[in-house]
Amino acid sequence: MKFTLDWLKEHLDTTASAEEVGKALTMIGLEVEEIVDPAEKLRPFVVAHVVEAKPHPNSDHLNVCKVDAGTGTIIDVVCGAPNARTGMKSVFAPPGTYIPGKDFTLKAGVVIRGEKSDGMLCSAAELELSNDHDGIIELPADAPVGMPYVEYAKLGNTVIDISITPNRGDATGVYGVARDLAAFGLGTLKPTDMSPVPSKGPSPIPALPHNFAAGEPKAIRKFAGRYFKSIKNGPSPDWLQQRLRAVGLRPINTVVDITNLVSLGWGRPLHAYDADKIVGQPVLRVAKPGEEFDALDNKIYALDETMTVIADDQGPLCLGGIMGGIRSGVTEGTVNVLMECASWDPDLIAQTGRRTGIVSDARYRLERHVDPALTEPGLELATRLMLEMVGGQAMEPVISGEDVFPNTVVEFPLSEVKRLTGLETSATEIEAILSRLGFRLEGTGNTRKVQVPSWRPDITMKADLAEEVMRMVGVDNVPTDPLPRLNHVATRMLTTLQNRRRIARRTLAARGLDEAVTWSFIPEAEARRFGGGKPELKLANPIASELTDMRPSLLPGLLAAAQRNTNRGFADLKLFEIGQVFHSVLPEGQRTYAAGIRLGGSRHWQAQNGQVSVFDAKADIAALLDAMGHDIDKLQLVAESASWSHPGRGGRVQLGPKVVIGWFGEVHPSELQAFDLVGPIAAFELDLDAIPEPRRRPTRSKPALKLSDLMPLNRDFAFLVDRDVAAATILRAARGADKALITDVGVFDVFEGKGVPEGKKSVGIAVTLQPTEKTLTDEEIDAVSQAVVAAVTKATGGTLRT
Amino acid sequence: MDRIMSLDAQIATLRADIGAAVAAAGDEAAIEAVRVSALGKKGSVSALLATLGGIAPEERKSAGAAINGLKTEVTALIEAKAGELAKSALDARLAAERVDVTLPVRPAPTAEGRIHPVSQVIDEITAIFSDMGFSIAEGPDIETDWYNFTALNFPEGHPAREMHDTFFMAPAPDGVKRVLRTHTSPVQIRTMLNTNEKPAAPYLTPTIDPPIRVVMPGRTYRHDSDQTHTPMFHQVEGLVIDKSSHIGQLRWVLEEFLKAFFEVDDVTLRFRPSFFPFTEPSMEVDVQCDRSGPEVKIGEGNDWLEILGCGMVHPNVLRNCGLDPDVYQGFAWGMGIDRIAMLKYGMNDLRAFFDADKRWLDHYGFRPLDLPTLFGGLSS
Repeated sequence: MKFTLDWLKEHLDTTASAEEVGKALTMIGLEVEEIVDPAEKLRPFVVAHVVEAKPHPNSDHLNVCKVDAGTGTIIDVVCGAPNARTGMKSVFAPPGTYIPGKDFTLKAGVVIRGEKSDGMLCSAAELELSNDHDGIIELPADAPVGMPYVEYAKLGNTVIDISITPNRGDATGVYGVARDLAAFGLGTLKPTDMSPVPSKGPSPIPALPHNFAAGEPKAIRKFAGRYFKSIKNGPSPDWLQQRLRAVGLRPINTVVDITNLVSLGWGRPLHAYDADKIVGQPVLRVAKPGEEFDALDNKIYALDETMTVIADDQGPLCLGGIMGGIRSGVTEGTVNVLMECASWDPDLIAQTGRRTGIVSDARYRLERHVDPALTEPGLELATRLMLEMVGGQAMEPVISGEDVFPNTVVEFPLSEVKRLTGLETSATEIEAILSRLGFRLEGTGNTRKVQVPSWRPDITMKADLAEEVMRMVGVDNVPTDPLPRLNHVATRMLTTLQNRRRIARRTLAARGLDEAVTWSFIPEAEARRFGGGKPELKLANPIASELTDMRPSLLPGLLAAAQRNTNRGFADLKLFEIGQVFHSVLPEGQRTYAAGIRLGGSRHWQAQNGQVSVFDAKADIAALLDAMGHDIDKLQLVAESASWSHPGRGGRVQLGPKVVIGWFGEVHPSELQAFDLVGPIAAFELDLDAIPEPRRRPTRSKPALKLSDLMPLNRDFAFLVDRDVAAATILRAARGADKALITDVGVFDVFEGKGVPEGKKSVGIAVTLQPTEKTLTDEEIDAVSQAVVAAVTKATGGTLRT
Repeated sequence: MDRIMSLDAQIATLRADIGAAVAAAGDEAAIEAVRVSALGKKGSVSALLATLGGIAPEERKSAGAAINGLKTEVTALIEAKAGELAKSALDARLAAERVDVTLPVRPAPTAEGRIHPVSQVIDEITAIFSDMGFSIAEGPDIETDWYNFTALNFPEGHPAREMHDTFFMAPAPDGVKRVLRTHTSPVQIRTMLNTNEKPAAPYLTPTIDPPIRVVMPGRTYRHDSDQTHTPMFHQVEGLVIDKSSHIGQLRWVLEEFLKAFFEVDDVTLRFRPSFFPFTEPSMEVDVQCDRSGPEVKIGEGNDWLEILGCGMVHPNVLRNCGLDPDVYQGFAWGMGIDRIAMLKYGMNDLRAFFDADKRWLDHYGFRPLDLPTLFGGLSS
């Protein structure tokens, strides 16, 4: 909310500067957004005397002026204004001055059609003071030459912009702000005279009936109206226009400007109707479904039965508490006025505001709760201003309905201040602060009965009062107090799963992948292709039409990121993300996954083969599993691809026959095409939540280490098997040939091609034997070797290559 | 006399011959041949030694000494030469093996992979709060309206709900209203309530009875998008519930945290009364900083930068979680992770956090082994 310093000082007797006011406002919770002195930018403009003005020799519309700006020398200025003439007083800007209305800075030594011009005589529009750009400003003859124009015209009027939290309806008017500052001790609140003004007779419009059926949402509480007869409307006085302009409002006419003055000044919205445009008896009722309303913002709204309107025989005149209608709007020609000052249900005003999307000064205040004690006094205040500025006769007020006064009384133990804030405050000080804020305290001892003033409906309980005290003392005056330690050495902070996520992140980064963070919402088509697209996982109001679905997988986000990077010319990428994916809206359906992609491959003189493959993805997932204490070779590996991967180059990792925990593979060419990417891209996904926690053991001791004194020995075998025999089958068979002696089996060679028949492959395995009792004899070694050959041959149908 | 002279002559001849052969030997094979021809079983010196047997006993001693003298002399000569030749052969080989060590090596994976600043900052926050005895609590991104608003004392239809620019989920078959959480505060409710007792999802932290000290980092969502707002961002909240914690301690926790986080000796905070539905009293906190230069300097200067919101947990929130507000009390705070990351590390566009531009990740990301710890320093 914006107001000027002058305006504030009309309600607050204080000598405080704008800066002091600003500091105090921020301290008491009325946060200052900005303090601007609009006159500051006009400071270089000075009062000047046009000593001489004569026509420009080379132009038929320009004048060459000799100007005295109080500098001691006469300045030459070329001026195009038709009213420039010898002897006049005007406003002069020396070179170097920024001209706000033109958005440029004056240069020195300018020559205009051969005549020197050192500065500028200015119009009001050039100073952004009005729209008047027909000529330069004319000042009275007694205006002192050389005086800054802002001082002469008393333009120094600092504008303070504060943001009001939703609970502080009481501070949506300058008067309320002054009341808070006075309680803080920055000055004395000046009361406003709101006493009744005598009437000139009965109101031509009787009290407005509240026509609501039982159960209808009745937003109106109390409607106070007053008829003003034979007024003389027109532009409002300069001081009022300036005040409204200073806070960003456009002056309309005196009556409308008065409603805005009361709304902004006292936080008490009013509405004025042209009484002659009202047809029949106006009433309060709910709107009819679809009823059209032509509002003052020049838009037509379709109303519904949740909204309250003031309507006459021809339909709605005003959307109650939100905005007036064009049909009964007050114009300069208006002669008779119905002025409304009404009390509304804040929640229903907020609801209507939301449903219509109308943002108005009235709604802003009424949905934050306007002091119910101001309904009739507000109308009296408006009456005074009307009679003063537009004359006419004020008829008897017409009142209907009842205001709602919460009349809250809080049982307040004074010790609550210390309990909640840690602040040491005496009972006397607490009492003094609350009294200054308008609370009435009763009783003695620790617990007082505190009567809450009508303008603070936000105060309902002990904690609210503790805040009021702290607010006035200043939070910065609360002494800091160390939080006592619970343990002398901090205990473990992360759960196993949380720690795993951290380790997974570092593991993947240590393998050369960059961590990405991508949107949780993705396009519907991508969601569908990656197993998502459920209707309940859609956003009702997506931020953009392409970000509609909660992601079922991290891969679409990473592939989209790869596409963006590729388009920027960076096609060598290794990216991963660890984050939530959404299989359902329930907590257990929102799981933490790790996923990564590799594509491209840098050209390097040591590189053997630049292209990535499924085995890069498998290595990544194996590294992740290892970091979590699981050996991928001991988990179930199924050579079946995820839907997004190449059907022959992908697999999945399972815990037992049913629980799938991860996928790896090369991205399917159709996916590559969908993302406009060039393959191969190696990708994996791992469900971190599905990996079981290690079994809790009573001690941290590791199993005893048994080391043999005997040398292990290696035997190599090469088998000729069918091309589709899985290496895992060979390894498992070999390992099973002698579980006691064989400690390790590895693949050292896989070969297809020359010397190997079509449809076959040669697989070389290295078997490690670890004797435990004694050195093995040749016969024993031969026996194990034959067992290996027999086991592999049996399992694969292959033969030993000799 | 003749014999002796003759032996002397033979020795002299051999010495001369072997000497010449040694001198002539040009490589290791040649010197080996010289050694074999002189000192081998059938070598010339060995042959001369073999003649000792036929020499009269009285002369044998001096003859033996003379021949052995020759053998020692020749052995030394050959070994010296062999050593010399071996060395020059090694030198030659090493010279041939020279490589261009200025050739660039393949970068270590640890030199390539980078941790996103958001993750790094979460680890930094974790390191600091773990020292103060806090644990980490988490919750789902898709929350029910009840957890995100109602339990947190947002009255239905209250303007405060509107301030949140909420993303709403499409209707679900169970009819429960759900939103993308607008803050991490629902995790406060999940922590205080017993909903996590039998964790429905593994990442949900089990319930803790007071005293509660948790921090809650995570993704949050608001329907908003410009240079400083993205529809998805990260927040971290803290919650302390016991029977005595008050605003004085809240101030201490925040000051200690911000000092540690920004790695400065001192920070000056400005607490402003404010309003949040879920705390009472409520405050916003500004940190003193210097924004005159290209980098924001925390702890000095004349500017104030709003950095977090906080307050005493609202009695209605405690009640909604089954805690008696006359017995239990505590405070909570919340701040933007992306925001404090930007302040500390100097990024200026929030949108870039979620773009995964490799150049940005490489520049603002952190090395995988730069683990933020209090003992090793938060940042290297």
